[in-house]
Amino acid sequence: MGVRVQREDFDLGAELVALRAGRTDIGALVSFTGLVRDNAGGQPVTAMELEHYPAMTAKALESIEAEAHGRWSLQASLILHRFGPLAPGDQIMMVATASAHRAAAFEAAEFLMDYLKSRAPFWKKEATAEGGIWVDARDEDETAIGRWSERGRDGG
Amino acid sequence: MKLDVLYFAWLRERIGEPSERVETDAATVGDLVTELRGRDERHALAFSDMAAVRVAVDQELSDLDAPLDGAREVAFFPPMTGG
Repeated sequence: MGVRVQREDFDLGAELVALRAGRTDIGALVSFTGLVRDNAGGQPVTAMELEHYPAMTAKALESIEAEAHGRWSLQASLILHRFGPLAPGDQIMMVATASAHRAAAFEAAEFLMDYLKSRAPFWKKEATAEGGIWVDARDEDETAIGRWSERGRDGG
Repeated sequence: MKLDVLYFAWLRERIGEPSERVETDAATVGDLVTELRGRDERHALAFSDMAAVRVAVDQELSDLDAPLDGAREVAFFPPMTGG
């Protein structure tokens, strides 16, 4: 298990290699990477500022990760989230999940993403020609979380 | 009691400060919001639509009914947009 919150960029490949280093019991390794898009609703985005709540961030991410480990049999996981100034094309964050078979790793990665979207204390501000615009939370992000409670805690 | 009140994203911009130390007898988060709203126009504007405001008490997500007994830090922010 692992949670990292950092200003610096990360090497996705190196993180995945490190996650499974010395392990031969992992049969599936899934990763997701979030990137800065160059437009928001048709409006060009020139930069993004990612604000967070330092005293709460790691705690919130660790709790989301622990919840995933309680639901699926995972051999390893990583949540890495950046903050600070970012440019279009930059990596914002990644999650990786490892399990014996692919179903648990796929589902756990999606679960982590759904929870990160609306339960991790980050706020995105996009710079556009009309000035800085705080990214609104989307209703479907809240809906995405709801489907996990409907499915219960049986591991999907 | 003395509370550290923190603001993030557009709440921070509307208040004009990332944090402030507040002396209050508010029993709940809701009472604290009512008190803060009465401070000045910036606070009143920031807290004008509570449907758009989330709160954490001592770094745990909470709500307006939550008691403040023993709390040290209350943070207000818009819905989170991580990922």
